[in-house]
Amino acid sequence: MRVDAAAVHHQVVRAARAVGVEEVEAILTTSSQALTRFANNAIHQNVAENSSQLSVRARIDSRTARASTSRLDSDAIRDVVEQAIAITRLTEPDEESLPMAEPAKYQSVDRWSEPTAQVTPAERARAVAEAIAAVESAGHTAAGIYSTDATEYTLLNSSGVHAHYRETMARFSITAMGTGSSGWAKASACDHGDIHPLELAISAARKASQSTAPRELPPGRYTVILEPAAVLDLAGQMFGDFSATAIRDGRSFLNDRIGKQIFGSNVTIYDDAWHPLQAGAPFDGEGVPRQRLTLVENGVVRDIAYCREAAAKAGARPTGHGFPLPNEYGEAPVNIVIAGGDTSVEQMVAATERGILVTRLWYIREVDPYEKIFTGMTRDGTFLVEDGEVTAGVRNFRFNQGLMEMLSKVVDLGPAVRASGEETFDMVAPAMRIHDFNFTEVTRF
Amino acid sequence: MKDLALEALDAVARGGVTYADVRAIEARERDVTTKNGKAGHVSSAESLGIGIRVLAFGCWGFAASSDVSKEGIEAAAALALEIARAGTAAKKHDVVLAPEEKYEATWVSPCAIDPFAIPVDRNLATLLALDGELRRDPAISLAEASMHFVRERQVFASTLGSLIDQTRTTSGAGFSALCYKEGEIQKRSYPNSFGGQFQLKGYELIDELDLVSHAPRIAGEAIALHSADQCPEGTFDLILDSSQLGLQIHESIGHPIELDRVLGTEANYAGMSFLTLDQLRRLRYGSEIVNVVCDARLEHGPGLGTFAFDDEGVPAQLTDIIRAGEFTGYMTSRETAAAVGEKRSNGCMRADGWARLPLIRMTNVSLKPGEQSLEEVFGADHAIYMETNRSWSIDDKRFNFQFGCEIAWEMRGGKRVRMLKNPSYSGISTEFWNACASIAGPQHWTLWGVPNCGKGQPEQVMGTGHGASPARFRRIKVGSAYAG
Repeated sequence: MRVDAAAVHHQVVRAARAVGVEEVEAILTTSSQALTRFANNAIHQNVAENSSQLSVRARIDSRTARASTSRLDSDAIRDVVEQAIAITRLTEPDEESLPMAEPAKYQSVDRWSEPTAQVTPAERARAVAEAIAAVESAGHTAAGIYSTDATEYTLLNSSGVHAHYRETMARFSITAMGTGSSGWAKASACDHGDIHPLELAISAARKASQSTAPRELPPGRYTVILEPAAVLDLAGQMFGDFSATAIRDGRSFLNDRIGKQIFGSNVTIYDDAWHPLQAGAPFDGEGVPRQRLTLVENGVVRDIAYCREAAAKAGARPTGHGFPLPNEYGEAPVNIVIAGGDTSVEQMVAATERGILVTRLWYIREVDPYEKIFTGMTRDGTFLVEDGEVTAGVRNFRFNQGLMEMLSKVVDLGPAVRASGEETFDMVAPAMRIHDFNFTEVTRF
Repeated sequence: MKDLALEALDAVARGGVTYADVRAIEARERDVTTKNGKAGHVSSAESLGIGIRVLAFGCWGFAASSDVSKEGIEAAAALALEIARAGTAAKKHDVVLAPEEKYEATWVSPCAIDPFAIPVDRNLATLLALDGELRRDPAISLAEASMHFVRERQVFASTLGSLIDQTRTTSGAGFSALCYKEGEIQKRSYPNSFGGQFQLKGYELIDELDLVSHAPRIAGEAIALHSADQCPEGTFDLILDSSQLGLQIHESIGHPIELDRVLGTEANYAGMSFLTLDQLRRLRYGSEIVNVVCDARLEHGPGLGTFAFDDEGVPAQLTDIIRAGEFTGYMTSRETAAAVGEKRSNGCMRADGWARLPLIRMTNVSLKPGEQSLEEVFGADHAIYMETNRSWSIDDKRFNFQFGCEIAWEMRGGKRVRMLKNPSYSGISTEFWNACASIAGPQHWTLWGVPNCGKGQPEQVMGTGHGASPARFRRIKVGSAYAG
């Protein structure tokens, strides 16, 4: 769906000025999303959505509020502006709020693939049919998704900010289910040519075959090899705390820990919107350019993210990580890159006398917000490693694991790859071999 | 709206289909939050769109659009058919639907006070008043409060000839107080965590919750938790308040009884279920006093799962899920009902707005009240009583769970003898429900709203209802979240 963002913005400004309001911001999002879903070796849900949203923020004196609409006709644009202004007038003043952001230069990123934007239902169906055939031929049952999305996002404000970003994204995820076992694989990329559904299907089927008749092991402390999706889904839970607002609120585990060594010296983490395996806009929810942050350097917490207001309070520079205003969360890094090493998963297995190889984690929830303990389950491919070899599938474990302890006991890092899970947003992350991972219970399968 | 739905239905049915339905939805939302004495998120949103679902060539196709012009509708209808045709590349059998009647109906949920008639400044005044109460003690580092209102009008039209116009208004509100001190974070919430209480009501819900009067106690408990003892690890009798029990029902009964999970269609994401088809009417799910229903009817109460018709035009129904401890029923759809020998769907298909396909979702899955008094539930020699959820996790077949709560007390002879911090408990779903020893009566029963239940790909967020009264469970594993 093509929409002239500048024309929409012009109507927004005109509608605001008609009622005496000068400060406005308009965010226009248009997207086409399609997803082919399969289970029991057949396509069963097959959907597509074309949508648009105009979100308008007004600022009157020190008050601000937002209204949005899915309609883009002239009447709807005027209505949403008037609604934003009406609720802004009723909102409490906030003397610490800032005027609209000023124009800035953005380092461009190209994450648009026209072939990905044009993928047809038939193309997705063919790839899915091929993947299903691979899993079926291994004697298993396939379930999963193949999605292709195209999104355009434009932020304009009355101070002259004009920030535009567009992105395509393809995702393929597959679960192969055997009798009493399962395997899983997933990948995402801005260019659908960079993901390979058949290879993912073969990998998932192999894991399902390898984990047939899983053994039950007692809970306890084990050396684990976490594949990249497991690393991102667990480590990814902490990045909302690398936020000046979260620290000021007292809800971050980094309170009193900035500048301190809290992870092992082999752990370094960046926020880098321009990393070639990353996705997402090079500006934040106010149109501030994103800065590259070194969140953790050799285990020491270094940088945190600042939105404009948090930066003003702290006497710091905004880092371009703010959420659209008004909000109560402030900011967070969203382009996480966990620096990798050069040890392959196979080498990690070969180096392990006794341990657990984990494909994927599931239903991860915070147990303790300051010690950063999380609970969750292993899922879809959990294996016993003995004397340097994968020897059996094992029943799935529940873990209760503190992240600071976990990232202090990393003994090997794999190459950093674009990893995709289900518990947090995609990141660039390596596989890790970790000592003393805390499994507390075992489930029935 | 009716014209829009019928125009879209005509556009897709013209293409030659086995079945089609259209949902035209107009939605309005308002969010108001405060944080530490200031307005936080203040926003309103409106949306209008159509979702077209078609069964053709033996396959489903679905297309949705916010472009409701004639061209937009035609394009969405054509795309839905194209998608259905594409599905034949990986088809095992033709989709067959259970029969259903044709309905023409208009239904509006009860709403005594229109929340959208209340100005935003009044919302903020209420929230800021309780914010002030929460922060009377400077030890509270973060006070947050919120209100959320939604009105959604949906016109459903199908090739069966149904034309159903439903309007639902839901409201929600709550607050929390967080205290960070000496390397520890403790938090208390009212009336529930993660946004509070949500029901199918208007602004009257806000008045009923009486938010401000509870603020001093909640703030005091958040501070007091810092000096409380750590919850011990071991096996104890466990008493749960009704809000935590509501979430326990949601995770260990509500999700396992979704028949689409059982049949494998959610295997890649939400997972499957331990309730395989051979368990129906054979499994002892709970003790004799455990009776659970799935009930979307208004008679059940103003739940987030209350409606007149589901999103494939099936009337709201009551289904027994557990009767005197025996597992007796699943939640079904027109496509899946035959798998359990049913002739009709029991009306559990729901979609997250116009852009999403209906899935089997919980309506109101509730534990019926027991016959015990509150004194009898709490009257064990020794027990641990936990209140208000803090964390929740369960495996992908719904066997093994672990919950954390915000606060607990050690109970002796029905009396609270000491406050406990960081409480948690864990177990296996059926073992837990078979350990149910007493359930408080109807006067203590509350229909809780869970506003954020995730399922499906692309993910859909749904509101579900769970009625419960406080209950006691024998010999439950406590404290394992901090074990090891």
